[in-house]
Amino acid sequence: MGMSGSTNDFVTTTLATAIGWARANSMWPMPFGTACCGIEMMAAFMAKYDASRFGSEVMKFSPRQADLLIVSGRISLKMMPVLQRIWEQMPAPKWCISMGACASSGGVFDTYTLIQGIDQFLPVDAYMPGCPPRPEAFFDALMMVQEKAKKGQSKALEYITDDAVSDPAQSVACRTPDNNYVHNVDRSTPSAEKASHDKIADDKITRDGVAPGTSK
Amino acid sequence: MILYQPENHLALIAKVEAFAGDKLLGREEKSHYHQFRVRGADAKDLVRFLRDEPSLGFTYFIDLTAVDYQTYPQPQPERFAVVTTLLSPKLGIRAQVKAFVAEGDPRIPSLTDIFAGANWTEREVWDLYGIEFLGHPDLTRILMPDDFDGHPLRKDYPLKGRGERGNFPVFHATTRKPAEEA
Amino acid sequence: MYSYEQEVVQRDENTVHMNVGPSHPSMHGTLRVKMEVKGERIVKTEQEIGYLHTGFEKLGEYRSYNQFITLTDRLNYFSPLSNNIGFALACEELLGITVPRRCQVIRTILAELSRIADHSLCVGAMTMDLGAFSSILWTFVEREKLYDVFEAVTGTRLTTSYTRVGGLAFDLPADFEKRVLGIMDSMEETLDKLRDSFYKNRIFLDRVEGIGVISKEQVLSFGLTGPMARASGIEYDLRKFRPYMVYNEIKFNVPVYSQGDTLSRYKMRIDEMAESILIVRQALKLLEPGPINYQDQKRTLPDKTSTYRDMESLIHHFKLVMPGDDHGIHPPLTDLYSSTEAPNGELGFHLVSDGSSTPYRVRIRPPSFINYPILSTLLPGCMIADLVAILGSFNIIAGELDR
Repeated sequence: MGMSGSTNDFVTTTLATAIGWARANSMWPMPFGTACCGIEMMAAFMAKYDASRFGSEVMKFSPRQADLLIVSGRISLKMMPVLQRIWEQMPAPKWCISMGACASSGGVFDTYTLIQGIDQFLPVDAYMPGCPPRPEAFFDALMMVQEKAKKGQSKALEYITDDAVSDPAQSVACRTPDNNYVHNVDRSTPSAEKASHDKIADDKITRDGVAPGTSK
Repeated sequence: MILYQPENHLALIAKVEAFAGDKLLGREEKSHYHQFRVRGADAKDLVRFLRDEPSLGFTYFIDLTAVDYQTYPQPQPERFAVVTTLLSPKLGIRAQVKAFVAEGDPRIPSLTDIFAGANWTEREVWDLYGIEFLGHPDLTRILMPDDFDGHPLRKDYPLKGRGERGNFPVFHATTRKPAEEA
Repeated sequence: MYSYEQEVVQRDENTVHMNVGPSHPSMHGTLRVKMEVKGERIVKTEQEIGYLHTGFEKLGEYRSYNQFITLTDRLNYFSPLSNNIGFALACEELLGITVPRRCQVIRTILAELSRIADHSLCVGAMTMDLGAFSSILWTFVEREKLYDVFEAVTGTRLTTSYTRVGGLAFDLPADFEKRVLGIMDSMEETLDKLRDSFYKNRIFLDRVEGIGVISKEQVLSFGLTGPMARASGIEYDLRKFRPYMVYNEIKFNVPVYSQGDTLSRYKMRIDEMAESILIVRQALKLLEPGPINYQDQKRTLPDKTSTYRDMESLIHHFKLVMPGDDHGIHPPLTDLYSSTEAPNGELGFHLVSDGSSTPYRVRIRPPSFINYPILSTLLPGCMIADLVAILGSFNIIAGELDR
């Protein structure tokens, strides 16, 4: 943005840059703190570390008024549908931070009930290592998301296209075709969604020039 | 102030042995409490006796849990054991009732009408071990989702589950444009 | 299966169905309460938990005794050191060993420091939920100081993993005593500030006085422990019941209130913090040089420096740490229930050992799980806003609630 070079009280910029700058410096986080990382996230918002230095002190517990989802803590089988519903309710453009080892990969808990990384089911913009990460790491991730916002990038944007909007069943992917939420998904057999998830992985390989099924 | 009074253990043992008689499968002295072993059908009577007998007064509910002895090296009377821990504010000692429940018929009378705290702990045992509590007002899953299949804390349930945790709908990227078109 | 439409049909025409949580600012992470309300009055409530079920107890069957200490940090993440100490004591009781005196004194001090950290966050969060934002900033400043001490002692702020079966990971830093005494002084000032701001504050008292009264009979029947039991007049504290570590050498009072309402539970936590400060000051005087680990290399990990320097310690370290039936600690074939007074109440570990290096069964008796169900019996007749006050005074921590 051409702030520094301004003479005669003029600021020259493109509209996209101005909007990106405004968005980056007024992130409204939706804190989804479930476990230990939630305490460190609280610490980041409290007196000593103070997230308002980054324009992010407005914690919005309503997803409809937030544009940054901070998933901090373990996500269980029972919680995942709730998390997906919250993500779905957030208006675009939106960003997602996966805070800590448990949200990013399951961490030390490789058990029957814990989701092994929310990025299997949600587009994640920034990952934070640590169990739990320090507040400084939180700010690092926040600044990474700010950089993305300034450039108008978002992982979520890659997942919603015009084609998807024309097909409601595709655009809101955490709904099944009969408009029920994922509580109703039959978990006893591998679901169609899982199969298509695997297919996406195959597609990626094809794009890189290697046929599916062959080792790279 | 409730204080630990180890000298009261003898009175407890005498009372329980007189009450239970040959229903008592065994008794074991632990570091600071006594454990009484009974069959599942007799557990409720013993717990009720411990609470209602005026000279004992085990009115403080501490814990209720279960153990699956399927792969335990020592032979046990049955596969499952439901363990109830109580405290007597009057005598200042704890007592534990271990009730064995058969594998083929995992049912045991519920303690919910004796202790309110048994409600959730019994639901938890039902959820994780599949032991049914007869007479429980609301025996539903408490920790796992309602549509979950299986009882995860049983020894024959795998640690990493049976694939449930990978079975969520994903946010599709199928409509993402391939790199060469973009 | 839960269906909102079905519930709407079933409910009384004059009541409204309301759902609070699991993602709600005053629901402490993952709690959920389904309510039926008539105007502002609650008619019926139902609690739903399990949103943070992690499988600690299952995982415990696959991890060795020392490895499980790492997991206990994540149970009650307000006060991880209390869980570390509770589990280590349970294992030591199972093995029948007594740790050296210096270790016991250090554990006592750290248990009380973590009690202060836990209660300070609880009273701060409770008053924040009731609309007083400054108090959580005050208590968080104190908590940050405690975090710094924990970091100096254990290496991390939150997930400490400081104890080992039969001792501690390492000794205290040199300036520990001075730092802790400094924090105790500033903590006392903060407690005075909290008392001044809330004990005679009409806005606060109207929200908490006489709300959510728990009777003595309810405490016993539900099995409530810790501050919740003592606020209702049940004088039960494991530090007095069966003194462990060095609590029998320290003079302290156990504060008890008889009203059993939300205000008593709030005052209870402030009073307990004041007592903890006294305990820490007395325990610091008991601190004298000596070994910190139980001297049995078959069961306790050797000192880190000697592991790197002499052959024998390295072998013992290897024998204890590697997986397999020939390695690790082998307790006798038995089961044992052992408990300590954690900040929220009785934290019990029911360990069943099959003689191998991993526990056969680890049952965690978390205070939060036993303390939480009573909420449904307290709420009918209350206002919706009372839910926040009552729940804040319970200090329910989802990590140990759902495990």
